[in-house]
Amino acid sequence: MCGIAGIVAEGMGRHQLMPQVERMLWQLEHRGPDGLGVYCDPPVVLGHARLAIIDLAGGAQPIHNEDRTVWVSFNGEIFNYLELRASLERSGHRFYTQTDTEVLVHLYEEKGDRFVEELNGQFAISLWDARQQRLLLVRDRVGITPLFYQHTGKNFCFASEIKAILALNERAPVLNPQALDQIMTFWSPLSPETLFRGISEVKPGEMVEYRSGKINQRRYWDWTFPTPGKFRQASESSLIEELGDLLNDSIRLRLRADVPVGAYLSGGLDSSLLVSMIHRYGNADLKTFSLAFQEPTLDESSFQSVLVDKLGLQHHQVLCRNQDIAENFTRAIWQTELPILRTAPVPMLQLSELVRKQGYKVVLTGEGADEVFGGYDIFKEAKIRRFWSQQRNSSWRPLLFKRLYPYLELSQRQGRAYLESFFGVGLDEPNLPWFSHLPRWRTTALCKVFYSKEFASSLSNDPIAMLRDSLPDNIPQWHSFNQAQYVESKTLLASYLLSSQGDRMQMASGVECRFPYLDHRLIEFAAQLPPRLKMKVLREKYLLKELARGYLPAEIVNRHKQPYRAPDIAAFFNQGVASDYVNELLSPNTLKEYGYFDPAKVGRLLEKIRQGRVIGQKDNMAFVSVLSTQVWHQLFIKRLRLSLKTSSQLTLEDMSFT
Amino acid sequence: MTAKDSVRKYILENFLFTDDTNALRDDDSLLDKGIIDSTGVMELIAFIEAEFHIKVTESEMIPDNLDSVHHIARFVASKHLVKA
Repeated sequence: MCGIAGIVAEGMGRHQLMPQVERMLWQLEHRGPDGLGVYCDPPVVLGHARLAIIDLAGGAQPIHNEDRTVWVSFNGEIFNYLELRASLERSGHRFYTQTDTEVLVHLYEEKGDRFVEELNGQFAISLWDARQQRLLLVRDRVGITPLFYQHTGKNFCFASEIKAILALNERAPVLNPQALDQIMTFWSPLSPETLFRGISEVKPGEMVEYRSGKINQRRYWDWTFPTPGKFRQASESSLIEELGDLLNDSIRLRLRADVPVGAYLSGGLDSSLLVSMIHRYGNADLKTFSLAFQEPTLDESSFQSVLVDKLGLQHHQVLCRNQDIAENFTRAIWQTELPILRTAPVPMLQLSELVRKQGYKVVLTGEGADEVFGGYDIFKEAKIRRFWSQQRNSSWRPLLFKRLYPYLELSQRQGRAYLESFFGVGLDEPNLPWFSHLPRWRTTALCKVFYSKEFASSLSNDPIAMLRDSLPDNIPQWHSFNQAQYVESKTLLASYLLSSQGDRMQMASGVECRFPYLDHRLIEFAAQLPPRLKMKVLREKYLLKELARGYLPAEIVNRHKQPYRAPDIAAFFNQGVASDYVNELLSPNTLKEYGYFDPAKVGRLLEKIRQGRVIGQKDNMAFVSVLSTQVWHQLFIKRLRLSLKTSSQLTLEDMSFT
Repeated sequence: MTAKDSVRKYILENFLFTDDTNALRDDDSLLDKGIIDSTGVMELIAFIEAEFHIKVTESEMIPDNLDSVHHIARFVASKHLVKA
């Protein structure tokens, strides 16, 4: 991957555009530590910070077509580039590099905007069509790679990370309060909103055109599901075979690189299956990487060892201690550019550092399998709750919940009635497309009790109503299981898992993640499956697990799902005492100054924590969300000038005249 | 301090993080108002057991006994009556 940035500004000359794009690129150095490149032809400048993965010698960007009328700067990979190139060469196109990048300009010549439909990859593309004087921004289908833009008056700019746009602006950034309220519900702002007023993101599956001072958006792909009755009818065994072929091909394409490719091995089914498949189809270079935790309930090392020993893998681990999280927290928020609800992203910084130290730039990872194949407990919960909404007085249904969460020790002791009440949220509305997500959003929203009066009164819209308005018209016709998959893929997957916990943490060390389960052919295949092959009664990810039996030992396939979690409050408090920066940011004066949270209320939470009286998700999320918001404000609002980079060691290559 | 007062104070401090008595009415449903979640219930039960020297059995962990300041006070009173 890499970092991209650019500007289109009528009336600006080279002498203005060049230093500006350079300032932007300095903020993206971590994404592209191998060199900087620009193309400038007023009113446009395209910039690129390179992480060299394909065509190491000759692949500097931006890249152009035969007659230099189409230029591209892109972040990501086009995995089927070899096949596309072969076809383009047969049609007479001449290539001057060995990159995957170059297929983009020639494909655009062939197909115009429809070029994106041919791509199998993860990408954030900026393309300048000089003849039509138009800029095209394109983001991949599911949101693996980030892309933001800002339009003010006659100026338009874009970048891989918001900090590059902030480096251009003279005026201080302004918070978008609705977006913070959305974060405190859905864990992220609702796309295309960001936490910064005036800065938007290109939505996954969307292209944005900037031309003659106007913006046009077009969606080219979305998650979609059949109407019930139109699911695939094939036999289970033939579907398992088809799934195996698709997954193998997805992996094959994603192993393409001129540098060694590694894999994350968490110990769970999804990453274990990937590693097993990579190993079976021959990859001598393969190294695997994982995290280890001090806390036994969070650590998955024993499951990692099962596969490591069985396949004789070169496995590397890094231990994440509580203090590592506290120490890396600020850097993590500078990377996420958003507050977070759990500390889970933070250890990923150490993981990507480990990968870098071992000399690797690319890893394959198992994210996406749960969304695509129905692996989350949230899907299971929803099924139970829906069933239950039809049988309100049934006494044994709720006991099913206790079996849902064996890893959460506390849940076993819970009174039936309270589990009922928690999961009973919205039982009277089982037909809402977001029925599945109400319990999670409700627990998250308990953080809002800490809002200051002033902040609370600045909010006017109901986040759930805003989500509702963004859902596709035909979602009510879909099976309820598919509705839940859609909501999950558009909210948590794209805007949190792939970004805050994914791209942002990996790119901090210049490591590219690739996602075999998110190959669009696999997504489209899985969408066609009848829900009972994803959740057979209450067995989640059924079809994928059946495939996995051919590759993995039973103990990994049958393992109960353990979601990845890191210590939250425990990471910051050592015997009731926290680091100075935590005390400073959560002091009454600072809370009052930043204005989001009520100092007295936060003070009581801290007291509760110091007395060791905190248990459970709610207070942990409250603490992490309050602290991360305070950190965010300090980094991006109060001390932005100090946070931004003002120079770089990297050489800047001007590609405009080569 | 009456039982009601001490329960109210506990909930205000530990779940609403405030000392403003207007933030919680005696008959406000803790579940419906989103004041408590499933693990918060355990905290509440631990407080009740310690504060009022009673044991809450699993079958007594129901909204009727625990879902509002009023309900809790009534439940505690009934436990003390039994003991006497």
